[in-house]
Amino acid sequence: MKQHFDEKEVLHELKHYLPAQAPLMDFVHHNTLHAFQHISFHEALHTANEKLGYQVYLSLEEFRKLFDQGRIDEKILLRILEDKKGINASNWKNKLLFGQYDANFEPRVGRLRGLWKKQYGIDLDSLIHPNLFRIVGGFLDQGISIWNFPLENLSFLEAIKKLESNSFSSLFRSKSTKNLLFTTELSIEFLLKKLVGSNSALYEQYLFDQQFAHQGWSGMVSTVEDLPQSLLDSRKISLEELIQFELILEIDSLNYLLGEENWKALENNLIDKLVPFNAEIEPSELMEVLSIWQEAFEWTFYDQVLAGIQFNNPNVFKSQNKSFQGLFCIDDRECSLRRHLESLDPNCETFGTPGFFGVEFFYQPVGGKFLTKLCPAPVTPKYLIKELGDGKEREKDLHFSKHNHNFYTGWIMSQTLGFWSAIKLFVNIFRPGMSPATASSLRHIDKFSNLKIDFDELETQQNHLQVGFKIEEMANRVEALLKSIGLVEHFADIVYVVGHGASSVNNPHYAAYDCGACSGRAGSVNARVVSQMANKPEVRAILKERGINIPETTLFVGALHDTTRDEVVFYDEEITNSIYKQQHESQILTFKTALDNNAKERSRRFESIDTTLDSAEIHDKILLRSVSLFEPRPELNHATNALCLVGKRELSKGLFLDRRSFLNSFDFKVDPEGKYLLNILNAAAPVCGGINLEYYFSRVDQEKLGAGTKLPHNVMGLFGVANGIDGDLRPGLPAQMTEVHDPIRLLLMVEHYPQVVLDTIQKNPATYEWFINEWVVLVAIDPETRKTYLFKKGQFEEYIPLNTQIEVVKDIDKLIESHQENFPVYLFNQA
Amino acid sequence: MQNIIPYFILIPLIGFLISLVLPKKNESYISVWAFSLVGLQLALATGFIVLWILGGAETLQIKEVILYQNPEYVFQIDFLFDRVTAVYLLVGSILTFLVTLYSRYYLHREAGYKRFFNTTLFFFLGYCLIILSGNLETLFIGWEILGISSFLLISFYRERYLPVKNAVKVFSIYRVADVGIILAMWASHHLWHQNITFYQLNNAELVHEHLNAHSMIGVFISSMFLISAMAKSAQMPFSSWLPRAMEGPTPSSAIFYGSLSVHIGVFLLIRTFPFWEYQSSVRIAIAAVGLVTALIGTGIARVQSSVKSQIAYASLAQIGLIFIEIALGFENLALFHFAGNAFLRTYQLLVSPSVVSYLIREQFYDFEPRRKTIEDSFPTKLQNTLYVLCLKEWNLDSMMYQYLWNPLKKIGSKFNFFNGLRLILSFVLTYGLAIYLYINKENLPSEVTAFLPEIFAGIALILVLKAFTQRRSVRMSWWLIVFNHFWVAMALTINGNYYLKETGIYLVGILIAGIIGAITLQRLFKQEGKITLNRFQGLVENHPKIAFAFFLCSLGITGFPITPTFIGEDLIFTHIREDQLVLASLISLSFILDGLSAIRIYARVFLGPNYRTHSTFSNRYF
Repeated sequence: MKQHFDEKEVLHELKHYLPAQAPLMDFVHHNTLHAFQHISFHEALHTANEKLGYQVYLSLEEFRKLFDQGRIDEKILLRILEDKKGINASNWKNKLLFGQYDANFEPRVGRLRGLWKKQYGIDLDSLIHPNLFRIVGGFLDQGISIWNFPLENLSFLEAIKKLESNSFSSLFRSKSTKNLLFTTELSIEFLLKKLVGSNSALYEQYLFDQQFAHQGWSGMVSTVEDLPQSLLDSRKISLEELIQFELILEIDSLNYLLGEENWKALENNLIDKLVPFNAEIEPSELMEVLSIWQEAFEWTFYDQVLAGIQFNNPNVFKSQNKSFQGLFCIDDRECSLRRHLESLDPNCETFGTPGFFGVEFFYQPVGGKFLTKLCPAPVTPKYLIKELGDGKEREKDLHFSKHNHNFYTGWIMSQTLGFWSAIKLFVNIFRPGMSPATASSLRHIDKFSNLKIDFDELETQQNHLQVGFKIEEMANRVEALLKSIGLVEHFADIVYVVGHGASSVNNPHYAAYDCGACSGRAGSVNARVVSQMANKPEVRAILKERGINIPETTLFVGALHDTTRDEVVFYDEEITNSIYKQQHESQILTFKTALDNNAKERSRRFESIDTTLDSAEIHDKILLRSVSLFEPRPELNHATNALCLVGKRELSKGLFLDRRSFLNSFDFKVDPEGKYLLNILNAAAPVCGGINLEYYFSRVDQEKLGAGTKLPHNVMGLFGVANGIDGDLRPGLPAQMTEVHDPIRLLLMVEHYPQVVLDTIQKNPATYEWFINEWVVLVAIDPETRKTYLFKKGQFEEYIPLNTQIEVVKDIDKLIESHQENFPVYLFNQA
Repeated sequence: MQNIIPYFILIPLIGFLISLVLPKKNESYISVWAFSLVGLQLALATGFIVLWILGGAETLQIKEVILYQNPEYVFQIDFLFDRVTAVYLLVGSILTFLVTLYSRYYLHREAGYKRFFNTTLFFFLGYCLIILSGNLETLFIGWEILGISSFLLISFYRERYLPVKNAVKVFSIYRVADVGIILAMWASHHLWHQNITFYQLNNAELVHEHLNAHSMIGVFISSMFLISAMAKSAQMPFSSWLPRAMEGPTPSSAIFYGSLSVHIGVFLLIRTFPFWEYQSSVRIAIAAVGLVTALIGTGIARVQSSVKSQIAYASLAQIGLIFIEIALGFENLALFHFAGNAFLRTYQLLVSPSVVSYLIREQFYDFEPRRKTIEDSFPTKLQNTLYVLCLKEWNLDSMMYQYLWNPLKKIGSKFNFFNGLRLILSFVLTYGLAIYLYINKENLPSEVTAFLPEIFAGIALILVLKAFTQRRSVRMSWWLIVFNHFWVAMALTINGNYYLKETGIYLVGILIAGIIGAITLQRLFKQEGKITLNRFQGLVENHPKIAFAFFLCSLGITGFPITPTFIGEDLIFTHIREDQLVLASLISLSFILDGLSAIRIYARVFLGPNYRTHSTFSNRYF
């Protein structure tokens, strides 16, 4: 055991384990248990459970129920048991089905600090938490309070010192503790000595206990410390300051509750009975049983998918005259829209690629005082794209005005605006509509504004960013985009580049509904930027040298798909030629019908909409839903996501995947060495894997890893939500987003030769970690034989699906109307 | 015309009762039933009010049902309908209707879907009873319903720590308001020597004549009204409960704590205005409370960094202004202000989740690093002082503990030695002695008998204090509450020469509730082993039926209007003479603590994080 207390190291360790969710406006999905990613999945889950008390699997009862319902396949379960347990398989099957396990369980975190309660019968948390949260909340607040934390440009503790040094009132109860704040020796260790005693081996655990008693707030502080730009109105705060302040509050409360003389540091005989926080994790039969159930649950579905891929033989028109081509985000929500477009117009062709379309930049709209990053979260762009034109009036809503919280203005407002509120509420309940309160994807960029994408040497840099792209830089990006998806020939006349975003109202988590590849924003600007780049003759000239011959007749057009409202906006002012206009008109109609059908397919999950109605009628209801104040589920976002397919569209075209798959287009022929594949996997593993695991953990532990039901949520300082006013911040996803989600890991399928895939994934250790530690299940599909190879313990082994037949459906409409739950895999439209 | 009025009670009552038996699984039955009933009420109210206005808007009064009567006492249900009722009925029905409609989809798939609508209808029943009541007794029934339904709505997420803790906290403040009404009723009996109706209060001459003779009692009654109104309307120093009540689903917070529930104190003041109209000291006090609340409430609202607490404080600051308006006699303005404030805060709370996207967008385009506020003109030291005070809510929340509950707990803990068998034995012995004294009352010297009621009431209080503070045995706390009532009964029996029958009415409810409660606890222990009061145990999840039965018993034992005890409580109070303020205080304190202790037992045993799945250390995580 470590005897020495290294403050830096412990802080680093703490920061690593605390929730890493950014403030609400930058909500980006990530693996909730990222801190455990260096060990293998099941082991990591066991550790997280034992140490931090997280629920990490569905409960035993839930698994058994799934088994009874036939949603866990007995054949699969047996195969896994035989695989793992050999001759003991039937014994273990008994344990899985009938074993009794004690649910009473106490995680390691909290035990040491819990001794205060055991020994003195006092509850420190209830005394400290409300004040602490209010003080930190007031300090970080982004615009709810009217009277802000009074001292600016100081760090958290400095500000508090200054406040305390010049005030008649104090945040502390006694003068002696207040003086601690001003001692020169002030440090975590100094304070811990008073509270925990001289045994520094206990310090780390004490700090874990303390910080994990409010992991939400601590995580927010830690995030703001590391990424100050994640708050528009930035703040200087560090976890160290928070801990110091909290330790002083603890001393203050102990003095107050027990009297300064009547308590001693925690050292006593009780401590010897505690299991050290970092001690080895003992094996647990319950956890093993759960892990086997988990795999059986996953493979019940995976097996169908892999079988489906092998049997799938879609009816494809091999015409080279494409009516149009569409580039969509790999997002699972685009999966069904593409299917509907293809079935309405068999001559069209669709592609999937991360929704920032390979162009990374900061964006500044007219009048915007800040820059918005439009690319995946880990990337830091060097470019700036500005919107040109005049500023627009934004609609205001007096209900959010700060005046009605004041004395006399409140007096006037409550007697005037008050009655208007009643009418507004009435109208919104009976006829919901767009309002300034709606977070709409269309607000991201004005349809009629222009973008400055060309580099201009005369324009100076702004914030160390280059304004616009040079021609060479544009060509590189367009080339990488087109080659990665395998679109290098047979260009149609119009190629739509469709970004996506979402609209919702009354939804603090709105950013989680937008495009993850654009850092939680709509993808419209990226779609327009890349289209304009690809339309430039100079860019095309360079591309031609590099083997991509885009004919002059081809036009790229940007668009935005609103996934909540199922509407598409085309940025089509560039279409001036009347022949194109005509083509475009007819394709708009195709899109419109496809969107109606998509709305119908989505509606089967919504209780309030009758799916047997006509598509257009359903679509109207979906539109109402997106602007209804009382609708906590404007859409279901990534719920049910389970798959990611990197390969040609033919692999999935005849496969009904029920909106559960990320689809990234990729042609192994264009990329025999896996050069572009590496880039795809570098993005797909963390982005899709992150989304998948955030849903997984938010679903299995709605108390600690998810945000719980959103109905009682209270917005704190515009950066987070909590329950009520004294609660801890609730990172993770609300229950309304995850309740229909089946918590299974992502099955990532790559269409390439296993050897190439193996070589490729080993090139980037960060990406490799996802696969070797099984946070994402990786399968290679041989492009010629379609045999499937599972990545296990560092190598690919052939996997032969147990399913020997996959049902073919004739009428997908009928299927959709049949029920609300997840579907198995079906084949349709087979040759 | 008058015949319609009882329907305004009947509709919510039937609505509530039937909602209890609707199938739990069928969301649309439940919600359609709820909003149709409230819609019916709204339609009826609108029609009625139109006709009533056309008919001259005369104040209507109905003497409805006499529940109990003896030569000097009548307990009757009275109704009154006037302008104030009309405004409250209309605003209440509109908001409840909109919110039930709103919640229909909003609560979809929530585990407590049915419970939510049950409680909302229950609340609505209590609200309607209060605003239509024609006398204090009727009002008090509604008052109690409001308290319990608030407790249930705040602890809607009953498997969590904070909602349950805050529900108990709010209930304790409500309990103060309850006792304010009980004491006001007591003093009124002595003032009028009859059951006065609100209608009679409008008779200025009558009021004036009585008050002239007993000005002290007059001030006492008015003060009780004021304290009750302050507690229910979250005025200083009770304000901190209001933001803490925002634990349920947003619509329930919006309608109850944003608007209807919190304006009930305002209603009480308007309703009793004719009574204290000529007591200038009371009017000054009301205005002062309002002013202090408006100032401090605004200050606290300005520093809040959470949306809901900001709205809560802004709302109660406006209610402070309404108090001033009432004190000044601007009744119409106060009513108008009430309606506006109720609508505004409901809507603001309902759209409060939108604040993120709206304000972030504002900030993105209009950001200025630090906007000047009025406070910048203060000297720095004053600025800092006020900021810290406002951030700490002027210590209001901890003050409630420090000055109210902690001293009580301290006294209670002095009796820790009093346990188990020793307790039962001493109860039997002393109670036997007390009975003996009662029988031989005539033979005792009057110096002794004069103090006996207070002594007995003191014993009663000690018992319930112990019930309230001890953290170990559930059963002991439960029986202590029962014992407390027996001692209260004894104190009053020996005090006045009243009939044993009345004691019987009072004790029968207690006894039934006490015994059934003990049996349910016994059953629970059989299945769960020994349960202590040391933490929340969250057993409602495992034993919903036992929990419900015990909840009813808790209501019974606190004198909730489901047993005769409710009338008995009021009845025996009339036997405290007007000069026995000490006795009245001791017994009313007992009543506060009875209710609190029973609800505390219910909350600790059945609500909160389940002890099987949540260790003591982790129970605040969510």
